[in-house]
Amino acid sequence: MAIEKILKDDASEEKGERARMASFVGAIAITDLVKTTLGPKGMDKILQSTGRGHGVTVTNDGATILKSLHIDNPAAKVLIDISKVQDDEVGDGTTSVVVLAGELLREAEKLVAAKIHPMTIISGYRMAAECARNALLQRVVDNKENAEKFKSDLMKIAMTTLSSKILSQDKEHFAQLAVDAVMRLKGSTNLEAIQIIKKPGGSLMDSFLDEGFILDKKIGLGQPKRIENAKILVANTAMDTDKVKIYGARVRVDSMSKVAEIEGAEKEKMREKVQKIIAHGINCFVNRQLIYNFPEELFADAGVLAIEHADFDGIERLALVTGGEIASTFDNPESVKIGHCKLIEEIMIGEDKLIHFSGVEMGQACTIVLRGASHHVLDEAERSLHDALCVLSQTVNDTRVLLGGGWPEMVMAKEVDELARKTPGKKSHAIEAFSRALVAIPTIIADNAGLDSADLVAQLRAAHHKEGCNAGIDVISGSVGDMAELGISESFKVKQAVLLSATEAAEMILRVDEIITCAPRQREDRM
Amino acid sequence: MALAFDEYGRPFIILKEQDQKTRLRGLEAQKANISAGKAVARILRTSLGPKGMDKMLQSPDGDVTITNDGATILEQMDVDNQIAKLMVELSRSQDYEIGDGTTGVVVMAGALLEQAEHLLERGIHPIRIAEGYEMASRMAVEHLDHIAQKFDFGPTNIEPLVQTCMTTLSSKIVNRCKRPLAEISVKAVLSVADLERKDVNLDLIKVEGKVGGKLEDTELIYGITVDKDMSHPQMPKQIQDAKIAILTCPFEPPKPKTKHKVDIDTVEKFQTLRQQEQKYFDDMVQKCKDVGATLVICQWGFDDEANHLLMHRNLPAVRWVGGVELELIAIATGGRIVPRFQELTPEKLGRAGLVREKSFGTTKDKMLYIEHCANSRAVTIFIRGGNKMMIEETKRSIHDALCVARNLIRNNSIVYGGGSAEISCSIAVEAAADKYPGVEQYAIRAFADALDSVPMALAENSGLQPIETLSAVKSQQIKENNPHFGIDCNDVGTNDMREQNVFETLIGKQQQILLATQVVKMILKIDDVISPSDY
Repeated sequence: MAIEKILKDDASEEKGERARMASFVGAIAITDLVKTTLGPKGMDKILQSTGRGHGVTVTNDGATILKSLHIDNPAAKVLIDISKVQDDEVGDGTTSVVVLAGELLREAEKLVAAKIHPMTIISGYRMAAECARNALLQRVVDNKENAEKFKSDLMKIAMTTLSSKILSQDKEHFAQLAVDAVMRLKGSTNLEAIQIIKKPGGSLMDSFLDEGFILDKKIGLGQPKRIENAKILVANTAMDTDKVKIYGARVRVDSMSKVAEIEGAEKEKMREKVQKIIAHGINCFVNRQLIYNFPEELFADAGVLAIEHADFDGIERLALVTGGEIASTFDNPESVKIGHCKLIEEIMIGEDKLIHFSGVEMGQACTIVLRGASHHVLDEAERSLHDALCVLSQTVNDTRVLLGGGWPEMVMAKEVDELARKTPGKKSHAIEAFSRALVAIPTIIADNAGLDSADLVAQLRAAHHKEGCNAGIDVISGSVGDMAELGISESFKVKQAVLLSATEAAEMILRVDEIITCAPRQREDRM
Repeated sequence: MALAFDEYGRPFIILKEQDQKTRLRGLEAQKANISAGKAVARILRTSLGPKGMDKMLQSPDGDVTITNDGATILEQMDVDNQIAKLMVELSRSQDYEIGDGTTGVVVMAGALLEQAEHLLERGIHPIRIAEGYEMASRMAVEHLDHIAQKFDFGPTNIEPLVQTCMTTLSSKIVNRCKRPLAEISVKAVLSVADLERKDVNLDLIKVEGKVGGKLEDTELIYGITVDKDMSHPQMPKQIQDAKIAILTCPFEPPKPKTKHKVDIDTVEKFQTLRQQEQKYFDDMVQKCKDVGATLVICQWGFDDEANHLLMHRNLPAVRWVGGVELELIAIATGGRIVPRFQELTPEKLGRAGLVREKSFGTTKDKMLYIEHCANSRAVTIFIRGGNKMMIEETKRSIHDALCVARNLIRNNSIVYGGGSAEISCSIAVEAAADKYPGVEQYAIRAFADALDSVPMALAENSGLQPIETLSAVKSQQIKENNPHFGIDCNDVGTNDMREQNVFETLIGKQQQILLATQVVKMILKIDDVISPSDY
């Protein structure tokens, strides 16, 4: 008798070899897709959205590419997920993590074809990953004590990160921007405090870091355009009409004159509120919510600069830089902390007017103004800068640093190879495969740069046979170079995250021997 | 498809829309049911044991789950067949009752069905088979009682508990760091356990996960974590010796339940109303301050004004905390949940040694840790891992481990794992079968064969020769009269499970056998399947 059907109509089930095949194929396809973006000579991708307007994104960032893809293959989804997590957790290495996981699976496929059980491969991979991590731990450089050296480390890391992005032309400039911005955070990882404003026009070189704070708003009409020694009150309060918040209250009148009276009372109330605010002795008032014309006029009369409708992050940052607090009630002016800054003025960037707060008390927040030829360039520049900022802020917390340019991979591969030779049993094949997967990364970097990867990697391997070697791929000259001299560095935290999450993902996919896809949910609105 | 005919051969219509239904009856129905049950068991068979494989499941919405947990696989599979649904229920009830062994129970049921099929072909009546199974299962359960061992543990000697949890975790993807996870689970259970009453309220253990980091970073927090941050960005991020006011009323003017309207018709009224409102906010905050609270946790939101007033009075606050979390916080800090400001008194405040906000990663992810609580009964297991699926799977694995630890506290009898208990039962049932007169003898013997299928699947998944290994272990058990021999899945070199420290709980095993037998009995009794045909 035929086997009873136990799943729903559209559901599919793949078992054993076929399931493994399906996940390998999916994962490797994803890897091949992002592989070409790896390294300083990696290429970009154009992504066109299917939504309205068919918006175009040009990017080199692995996480952004993968996020925008609509994938049906479950194994591929696992890879996308790890890249997303990498982005959230450390910000950079989003392509590397996918490529490494993909290479691990590619090697695993060969081993499975050679009749090695997936569980054996997994245990081999685990040993190898542990060994690779230890190898890295032995070679890390930690310059926490030496502030001068540490800063140069940060600079190198920022340049390495930026070199694979669109900003590579002006990487020194941007690395300096990023390092300065992160140093201002003083160890916090809250990147919200760094505001990035994008203004099309000018060239990338015109981008700058502003010590103060720039708010993308206009100054109200008839109000002073320039205030020195400003006292700023940052508020989050309704400045349109103050609603009565007691439940069920409503206005019920029986004549027109009453309406006028109540309107008058309302106005009076607003006037009082404004008076109270002005009584704080301020000359600048920034509100998160709208300010209607009437109170705005009152402010203008009092010579107070009123800025309405700043976004929430903007308010928070402003409070952070000026040292004031975000106020919502104004009854005790003596205890509200008011922010200070030396100068508020309206500045022009390109065609837009912005408000610039300079000489602020607390230097924690800052603004980076990006200039560039088009929106696409700016978007990509922002993503690149974000990556650099993430990496730097993580490095400030975990100050261990490694060399870059394929150096860590070669160090790990060497140690893992040693381990493979010492390990008896089938596991040693898996460990060897792990080392091959690690070597694949410098190979891809070289390939993307149009170099003879086979030759270069062989040279690298030979160079790494010596103890304490700093050799890596120098993409610019197309040869093996000393990474310490070239100043190519990477953060240990990023490398470790790449290694661990790639192994974890590969393991997860390898353990699967059956894929069950449920029937897709029926959507009614689609015809 | 007709059920009955009158004398002219015209069909009586008995069922509604009779001709649109399909019907299977008799042996055919039983065989169809058995094959459906077997199909489900076959899917799970490969995930049994420490070398078992995982399944990847794609939900109707395209989300991917990768798991090894029988109950989860079946639940997510979205099965359509009625008998298959019974199997899903089976594994779910094992999950509710015991928490672990959800794969084993389905494999067992599948094996019983397979044996029943052979017996049916030989013409034995299904009810006789069912009765034979019932008897055999009773024998097996008794035998388990017989071979079970009690072991002692106490708050100081947790090693046996850890070992048992490790057995559970070894079949999951987290087996890389099963030792720390097992320790975390045991410590968590022990800290909430009521050792005198032998009861554990697992609700007090919260399992939280956040992507990022690595599995080794998973930690046990003696306190609560809340996925929220302070309501005002400038409130202090760390509070020592916090006195916590736990509120379920919003920082807003009251909304009486009775319908009412406040009419404003004069300027005076408008103004008094306004003053009232202001006073109201002020009063609320003042009340919190007066009773000495240093942290306010609220189930609802606050108005901007209230928020600022709180900030102003130096009273940090957390808003939109969920009901369950609120309850946990109340338990942990020994506070009372206060529904009205008027009822706030100093005694009702909860106490915690340290409350701090911690941020993760590069995004603005923040969590609130409430630690060193007055009553350390509530704990949180905080899982970190490389990706979302990993975290979900770890959560499920930890849940299993927690359940196992709980079961051991309830009843500290254990049997040895690695299939040794099943083999031992199988030998006992087989021997008993020969003494039983009647047709049921065949069914009892079949039951013994079915018991063998679990160790057989274990051996198969571990890459060993199933029949060879099983027969070797069986003969060893009989020869040395020692029920501790099982399948050496990890290639350690010995198959004495006592030496390998592979334990399972007695109630878990017994429940597996009983539940599997019950479901098989139910399936065997069905001789007519009427279903609406699809067209």
